[in-house]
Amino acid sequence: MSGANRIAGAGRLTPARTVRFTFDGDIYTGLEGDTLASALIANGVHLMGRSFKYHRPRGVLGAGAEEPNALMGIERDKARRQPNVRATVQEVFEGMKAVSQNRWPSLGFDVGAVNDLFSPFFAAGFYYKTFMWPKAAWQKLYEPVIRSAAGLGVSPDEADTDHYASRYVHCDVLVIGGGVSGLSAALAAARTGVSVIICDEQAHPGGALAYETGVAVNGEPGFDWAVETACALAAMDNVRVLTRTTAFGYYAQNFVGLAERVTDHLADPGPELPRERLWQVRAKKVILATGAIERHMVFANNDRPGIMLSSAARKYLNHYGVAVGTKIGIYTANDSAYETAFDLKRAGASVEAIVDCRDNPGEGLLSKAADLGIEVLTDHSVINTSGARRISAMTVKRNRGGGSRSVAVDALIMSAGWTPSVHMFSQSRGKVAWDAETERFLPGEYAQDCTSVGACNGTDELQASIDEAVAAGSEAAKATGGKRAAKPKLKGTGAGNWSGGMAGSTAGAGPDTTVKAFVDFQNDVTAKDIRLAVREGMHSIEHVKRFTTNGMASDQGKTSNIHGLAIAAEALGRDMPEVGLTTFRPPYTPVTFGSIVNHGRGKLFDPARKTPMHGWEEDHGAVFEDVGQWKRAWFYPRAGEDMHAAVNRECRTVREVAGLFDASTLGKIEVVGPDAAKFLDLMYTNGWQKLKPGRCKYGIMLREDGFIYDDGVVARIAEDRFHVTTTTGGAPRVLHHMEDYLQTEFPELDVWLTSTSEQWAVVAVQGPKAREIIAPLVEDIDLSNEAMPHMSAREGRICGVPTRLFRVSFTGEAGFEVNVPADYGRAVWEAIWARAEPLGACAYGTETMHVLRAEKGFIIVGQDTDGTVTPQDAGLSWAIAKAKPDFVGIRGLMRPDLVAEGRKQLVGLKTKNPKTVLEEGAQIVADPNQPVPMKMLGHVTSSYWSENCGHSIAMALIADGRAKTGETLYVPMPDRTIEVEVTGTVFFDEKGERVNG
Amino acid sequence: MLQIYCPYCKEERPELEFRHAGEAHIARPADMKSISDEEFEGYFFIRSNPKGIAFERWRHVHGCGRFFNAARDTVSDKFITTYEAGEPKPDAAELAAKSGEADK
Amino acid sequence: MRKYSIFAVAREAMRGHKGWPQQWTSPEPKKQYDVIIVGAGGHGLGAAYYLAKQHGITNVAVVEKGWLGGGNTGRNTTIIRSNYLYDESAALYNHAMKMWDGLSQDLNYNVMYSARGVMMLAHNVHDVQGAQRHIHANRLNGVQNEWLTPEQAKEYCPPLNISKTARYPVMGAALQRCGGNARHDAVAWGYARGAANRGVDIIQNCAVTGIRRAANGAVEGVETTRGFIGAKKVGVVAAGHSSVLMEMAGVQMPLESYPLQALVSEPVKPIFPCVVMSNTVHAYISQSDKGELVIGAGTDQYTSYSQTGGLHILTHTLDAICEMFPIFSRMKMLRSWGGIVDVTPDRSPILAKTPVPGLYVNCGWGTGGFKATPGSAHVFAHTIANDAPHPINAPFTLERFRTGRLIDEAAAAAVAH
Repeated sequence: MSGANRIAGAGRLTPARTVRFTFDGDIYTGLEGDTLASALIANGVHLMGRSFKYHRPRGVLGAGAEEPNALMGIERDKARRQPNVRATVQEVFEGMKAVSQNRWPSLGFDVGAVNDLFSPFFAAGFYYKTFMWPKAAWQKLYEPVIRSAAGLGVSPDEADTDHYASRYVHCDVLVIGGGVSGLSAALAAARTGVSVIICDEQAHPGGALAYETGVAVNGEPGFDWAVETACALAAMDNVRVLTRTTAFGYYAQNFVGLAERVTDHLADPGPELPRERLWQVRAKKVILATGAIERHMVFANNDRPGIMLSSAARKYLNHYGVAVGTKIGIYTANDSAYETAFDLKRAGASVEAIVDCRDNPGEGLLSKAADLGIEVLTDHSVINTSGARRISAMTVKRNRGGGSRSVAVDALIMSAGWTPSVHMFSQSRGKVAWDAETERFLPGEYAQDCTSVGACNGTDELQASIDEAVAAGSEAAKATGGKRAAKPKLKGTGAGNWSGGMAGSTAGAGPDTTVKAFVDFQNDVTAKDIRLAVREGMHSIEHVKRFTTNGMASDQGKTSNIHGLAIAAEALGRDMPEVGLTTFRPPYTPVTFGSIVNHGRGKLFDPARKTPMHGWEEDHGAVFEDVGQWKRAWFYPRAGEDMHAAVNRECRTVREVAGLFDASTLGKIEVVGPDAAKFLDLMYTNGWQKLKPGRCKYGIMLREDGFIYDDGVVARIAEDRFHVTTTTGGAPRVLHHMEDYLQTEFPELDVWLTSTSEQWAVVAVQGPKAREIIAPLVEDIDLSNEAMPHMSAREGRICGVPTRLFRVSFTGEAGFEVNVPADYGRAVWEAIWARAEPLGACAYGTETMHVLRAEKGFIIVGQDTDGTVTPQDAGLSWAIAKAKPDFVGIRGLMRPDLVAEGRKQLVGLKTKNPKTVLEEGAQIVADPNQPVPMKMLGHVTSSYWSENCGHSIAMALIADGRAKTGETLYVPMPDRTIEVEVTGTVFFDEKGERVNG
Repeated sequence: MLQIYCPYCKEERPELEFRHAGEAHIARPADMKSISDEEFEGYFFIRSNPKGIAFERWRHVHGCGRFFNAARDTVSDKFITTYEAGEPKPDAAELAAKSGEADK
Repeated sequence: MRKYSIFAVAREAMRGHKGWPQQWTSPEPKKQYDVIIVGAGGHGLGAAYYLAKQHGITNVAVVEKGWLGGGNTGRNTTIIRSNYLYDESAALYNHAMKMWDGLSQDLNYNVMYSARGVMMLAHNVHDVQGAQRHIHANRLNGVQNEWLTPEQAKEYCPPLNISKTARYPVMGAALQRCGGNARHDAVAWGYARGAANRGVDIIQNCAVTGIRRAANGAVEGVETTRGFIGAKKVGVVAAGHSSVLMEMAGVQMPLESYPLQALVSEPVKPIFPCVVMSNTVHAYISQSDKGELVIGAGTDQYTSYSQTGGLHILTHTLDAICEMFPIFSRMKMLRSWGGIVDVTPDRSPILAKTPVPGLYVNCGWGTGGFKATPGSAHVFAHTIANDAPHPINAPFTLERFRTGRLIDEAAAAAVAH
């Protein structure tokens, strides 16, 4: 038996297909297709959660995404725990474990419920007025208590082991909502051959047809028609039907995000299935068929378990075959709830009374009620309820006075009317319009290419909805190139009346009362809270919302927004639209981070770039560092070496013998064309016209504001061809910068730019034995000093493959940079290594590269400069061609502050104690004994132990630094002050003779 | 994510293929060296930043690589037109009228 | 002003909270004020508050086109810190930091400033160098900031993934313990209540459509949707709309306005104890008192006044969040939104007099203005009252873009070699 409240013969689930699950450790049996909520109600469990603030006992309010109360944790295993799941949405599966939330020690007995007793104190916004004394107590005492009381479920504390998928898709027509309107629209569009996607958040199509069992379409029961139609659509090649798929976000230009729940309903999904799939849809036309959401009645103690929306009770009965009670009370402000009463009565429940706050219910309802023997109390209200963990009675009173009476009930069904779901319309930036006649917000001015049909458009009548949807589907198809096709002929009959209703508090919960009449269940916002906000000066709905937190819970106000607005408007004595409607923001219902991130995890978070030699470097024990997206060999520790020892050895070896360095990550741009030199003249501070083919030059690139942007060696390969190198991190932006000027400022220049960063692998061979190492491998190139001096470039072959061989040095040693097509990179590296190793050379990494260049005073852009440094500041005035009429940055350099006295200049530093290595980033002062805040002169940009010099070396940017050469300055550290002497930036081989070696 | 029409490729492509490149129709002074500090400030730092129709540059960086110009409404983020670099700046008032019609 | 206290709340609890006065009123604009502040965000309301409280200038109107606190004040992720690099920035933000401590008491409004600590992660050698440079400079400037090893960072923030095999492993972090969060709405409301009760008129739903200037160029007042309002001094504090307003006075600004998005998760029990920022992987996260994870995303690449942005921007941010905090993959995004941030070329604010006599501007806070609210409001009030900047905001001029004396916090985080 799948629960005592299951009605034989009612609903659509199959009695034989039972599933067992647990809730708070107790074992229950449900049926396949049940939601957790329907299965629990079937088993007589109504207490499903506790509210946020007062910890009041709560049962289900709804039967779908609007649910504010019945939130639970679902645990597959420790790593796959999902908090805050709506029991009304989660389908049960065999072995499912559900736990209640926000209670301690148990759901039935929750210590936090003491808050309810003190609720007069905890009025809206009370925390802004207190907890200020003593000052320190906010953080130490009050806030921790508030925080632990707040929150709902418990976050997972292990990494998620599920995976998530993603699809991008274009379609002609996207239909959001698979109720009668959405299906009709999709059918009309699909017949014309255009591509259609229709999605619905529920496990089954049909929307309200799942419970409005009186409806027939073309003579067939409505729900059956919906299922058949969805199947027929799914069978068409041009249609994709997505169930359990929520359209959550409507972005610019008809870009819509859909979240599909793939496995949350499966007992054993298997590892190949993604848990969820994100669909990012670009649709030519969007049809919104998102329906309407029923509102609750706002009266005293309207939140006890067993009090729920009329549509929910009807769905539990007609779809799941579950009676929500045996003695039912109805409280309504519109006609649609009568149908629920009739259905329940027919199913055998006792309907104690229909309490209608109106005095004129719809035609025929009173006689129908009388036929079924149901008492109808028109012009009455429910003014209170009782019952501890489930409603036991409702108190009913005539609106125009008189005594009240108590009616024993175990369920109270309510309906204040229907709110059109304009969420997606509003997200599309359409403006909602107030319809004074029906007192509701409807789609007004459209901002995107979309249409609303059916209940979300305020079309209440069934046939009108169908006709509107068919027309919209046909028009959307026509506009997106559909063939001519007959419109589907659909005749809907038997629907109830969904019009009318009320917003705001009902009798007994008005401004003169102090009762708890809940507007927002989850956040415990009552009508009097909203009135308090207004009293305190919160006159915009945005203020009211933020002050009371109405509509800010995990249901985002689906049932509460309109009531809150009505109560605020009444308190202000204004019309509802004057007080405003808060903007709807994505997502429509909460979406897991996992599905948004989908594949972008781990290695795919940001793909790593590796050089052709990466594998060799790994094999030889390299430790890597991240530089931008690149993995670069940092140092090559040998057995027993730490980083320090390895770098010292590498530094020594390069200067004594030679070293191999993987420079492949350097950016490379091929600049080609008759005007190439002219173009480089504009892009770099240096002059390029006189550079001879076969020669290289160090270039500095500025931004227009005069600050150093990038640097690198440029080789002139031919009259009209340059091989430009950039910094590793700078490659894409430098190319972009060059393209920008070439295309938009200097389009008259005949030049082509091509990124060749990944076409060339680069092996730097540096050190006294560099030539000896590569000579036997090189063909067609004379490597002698005379034929190929420092800063020259040759084309030829190495190891039988083409090379651009540069005689350049970033170490101060004689050296070559061997550029070969990337595919040959590793082979050439290995061939060179085979020569180098027996000679005693080493492979070295970026750290050694940094030390060696610092010994020579060569700067690293981005380390020794930071975007506020000019060439003059960096001691590179020599690189600015004085005679050029123009280059990028020429005017920026002339600005008053850039030519002012006292700018920070790059200098060298030697510590008084040669063994002391400064910290990079350490600040430099003239007087270490001055009080804080100290006057700082600058900072250490680069600092290393130099094995070759036998002392520490450092570079620093110091105000007026070059004039301070020889002076003693101070580096105050937390535990001591370090004395330093200002020096030049070259620490090794000051005359620069070794490059010619 | 915006969808942008590249006037060179003559195709609408997703924003991920493009890079925004700042305000359009700010020409680099030909006599750069001789302009005043105020003129340099105006050229390099001052931006019109309009609420309404903005003229801006985009580059189809993961496509044809070309820079082009666009007129876009910064309130609705709707593109009114895109056009090749070097083409004259369209009249904002005319564009506004055109975009208003398109909405109807 | 009715004083807020636990006793007052208890008294009101006995009588259904019927006795609370309006926190601020909604007066009709007068014809003339001494000072008009355009923009009722935290910075603008705060300026009005300090004009009244510290400078005795109470004939002040704050004019707001929407509702107070509804712009970036109500849309930011409420991160408070002051560990900026340059002396000028450190002085400004630390001025604010000192004011946060005690702001609740000063305003008699609990702004819930909570020094939970702001931890900025370093993921590569370059980040480490940058963080160390900040820490050293901060120490000598008297600004709290300290270095944590990855293990210490994990201890301070247990959900942090410090695995060496992460795509961008955590190499350490800079921690400012006095950094943290405050309740953004309360800041706007507290200043509004404090200002209104000192005689300031807060005029909501009143858009400024023009800035009127006399023949000599000086400001005379503002044209609004509710008529002309006169004042010899006008302070523009309009965030994303600063360019638009300054244009009304004929002043062209070095500003661009970009969409900036943020999101919150569903509320959960306390899991995240502090604020964590990573500039390298672009993620900013904390947990609110209500239990929501509050996550800041980056800007879209194009200028916009739409207060919306693309899903791919949020995706990029959540990628980073799940990479650094893999336990959050099952958390759900509850609500996302956008603001309009006004960005200067050097990423530092403009807090200054303008070429127009009587016109003052406070703008250019980019993605990080909330943290500066009290300090900014305080020195801006000083600037308006004295027609001269406070020493702390003196460097944040409009002229710096002409002279080149930028305060380039962005450049200081230059790109790696």
